[in-house]
Amino acid sequence: MAHALKEVFYEKPKQALGAHPEDARVSLSYLSIAFIALFIGGVLGLLQGLERAGLMQLPPWLNYYQVLTAHGILLVIVFTTTFTIGYQFANLSHSLGGLLPKVRKLAWTGLVLMVIGVALVTTTIVMGDASVLYTFYPPLAASPFFYIGLVFLVLGIWACCFGVFINYRHWRKNHPGEPAPLLAFFAMGVFTLWFFASLGVTVEVLTLIPWTLGWKETVNVLVARTLFWSFGHTLVNIWYLVATSAWYAIVPKIIGGKHFNEKLIRLVVILLVVLNIPGGFHHQIIDPGISLSIKFLHVFMSLSIAVPSLMTAFAMFHVFERTGRQKGGRGLLGWLKKLPWGDVRFLAPMIAMISFIPGGAGGIINGSNQLNQVIHNTMWVVGHFHITVGVSVVLTFFGICYWLVPYLSKRTLTKKMNKVGVIQTIIWTVGMAIMAGSMHIAGLLGDPRRTSYTTYKDHPDALSWIPYEYIFAAGATLLLVGVIIQVYAVFHMMFLSPKGVTEFPAAEPVADAAPAPLWTERWGLWVVLLLMVVAMAYVVPIVDMIVHAPPGSPPIRTW
Amino acid sequence: MHRLEETWLTVSAGILIIFMFIVGYQTFAMGMGPPSNKETIDPQKVEETAPFDHPGVFKVGENKYEVVMTMEAFSFNPDDITVPKGAEVEFVLTTKDVVHGFQVAGTNINAMVTPGHIQRISQTFDEPGEYLILCNEYCGVAHQLMSTTITVN
Repeated sequence: MAHALKEVFYEKPKQALGAHPEDARVSLSYLSIAFIALFIGGVLGLLQGLERAGLMQLPPWLNYYQVLTAHGILLVIVFTTTFTIGYQFANLSHSLGGLLPKVRKLAWTGLVLMVIGVALVTTTIVMGDASVLYTFYPPLAASPFFYIGLVFLVLGIWACCFGVFINYRHWRKNHPGEPAPLLAFFAMGVFTLWFFASLGVTVEVLTLIPWTLGWKETVNVLVARTLFWSFGHTLVNIWYLVATSAWYAIVPKIIGGKHFNEKLIRLVVILLVVLNIPGGFHHQIIDPGISLSIKFLHVFMSLSIAVPSLMTAFAMFHVFERTGRQKGGRGLLGWLKKLPWGDVRFLAPMIAMISFIPGGAGGIINGSNQLNQVIHNTMWVVGHFHITVGVSVVLTFFGICYWLVPYLSKRTLTKKMNKVGVIQTIIWTVGMAIMAGSMHIAGLLGDPRRTSYTTYKDHPDALSWIPYEYIFAAGATLLLVGVIIQVYAVFHMMFLSPKGVTEFPAAEPVADAAPAPLWTERWGLWVVLLLMVVAMAYVVPIVDMIVHAPPGSPPIRTW
Repeated sequence: MHRLEETWLTVSAGILIIFMFIVGYQTFAMGMGPPSNKETIDPQKVEETAPFDHPGVFKVGENKYEVVMTMEAFSFNPDDITVPKGAEVEFVLTTKDVVHGFQVAGTNINAMVTPGHIQRISQTFDEPGEYLILCNEYCGVAHQLMSTTITVN
């Protein structure tokens, strides 16, 4: 008895006591902001869907492109960022035995900076001074406060990045010769990528501020686009890395199995960190001013991400099959039946993973030279990222909520709430399938993205797209229902669910597994490799864009 | 690593390499690369700079046409153009203000037109009809109205 107590208090305090209350407060605050942003962004999404199909007219004080800008920034930046920080800091706190007080302070600083940033950005959008969409391509020039808000957002993210680096380093120093826990390793990958991804866009924003203030007459449009996409697409892969952290290190525990070979998991993380940043160039495949050979190099760099993704697919299905067979599943596919399909904590991330198969295939199309030209800036692209971000990433995030929120709030996931989650997952999946599916088809027929309702003077081609737009709107309606259920579930689990202890479902290795190799901990080397890959990808084209630059563009407001 | 894992990885990397060979062959040997013209222009002096001081449709050879076109929020110049059936048309494009996208629905014509750059893209129009030309990059409050046509007869 005495021994057992000693073990509980000294060796497994986390399992016994649950989340550190102060760390839980950090994570819950970030998650609250995330789900408020999801709610507002979701409502705006439905408004867009209805307006786009011509089913509803927005009031004169609200413009489609304002709605689109806010929808993009609230969901693609604010929701994903704040969710990621809340979730990753909980992982870090759990696996490293609590956050350091100064790291907690950095996390709070980050939160304050981000709130200021979001307030500035949304105010300028609401005032109608920043209808420049999520990509804010110059020479469209928003109010300077829009860009200043973005700077605050980046500073907030950096505060969190430094927090992670400091805590990780501290743990490694106190545990010489030990590799860090797997979830902490993932967090290190996520925030390393985030820090380096944000450098390019920070340079861009810092050149746009004096330009919108009138201190600088013109700006190099092509360089700005390139710097934006060095961030814009890396962000996509940051979400993806966050989602894979749950696939590899949480889901196996939920289905009652063990995680995959840790060496391979770490290799996937390292590859995603090293190879990722050049991926953004494929957004510029049909831009002028960039040579065909540079574009070809970037097709290769974009598609190289497929290799770690295919490794992930292999590993996850291996874990599913092994666990299913241990539970008595027989035959070629009998193990599938043994998986806990009725458990939202499994169902949601599982559908997320499955949707990554069509999502990834679409990505290969978008990333390759000639095929990109067929679908560039059509609704196809919108369909693509609603499958990848909207399902592969977001449904994983939703699934995480059903254990993370009760764990943090010291409550339990009731059977009823699990059922709500399962229904939410089904509504979400159906909504996305019909919306993204019809978007893909409309895009192939030529329907452009980022355009409000139009028939182009009743041109027959444009009229043939309208029926698909009705289907977008139907899908968007289901999705808003999904958003409302999810936001309800999250806040219910935060404040109203019955009190109790929820376990943190961190997966463990198989019994005879070798320890993770220490060479994977050479983060300095991974950063050097990352910078080398970035240099290979960007030095030649950016120097070319600057040396052969045309006269720049002055700020222009066309809305 | 297990045998199966190694096979899977080799096949994945192999597919990527084969894919790159096909894309590369199409780009460099068959001339199917995406529009990537590198000529530049002063975006504030488009109207004074040749050839954009005289936008229009020009016959340059046996059923070959050059369309010199400027784009600005929210119009194309020239607009509602006509070419004969089977014409090989090269569009020479630039913008006077913000970024625009040049797309002809029902064809593979799709190119970004960024200020300071001259974009070129070609297409042979074998099927007669009235094709819809539209701007596919958000360019301002009336972006959805920015369209014109090219009639092939």
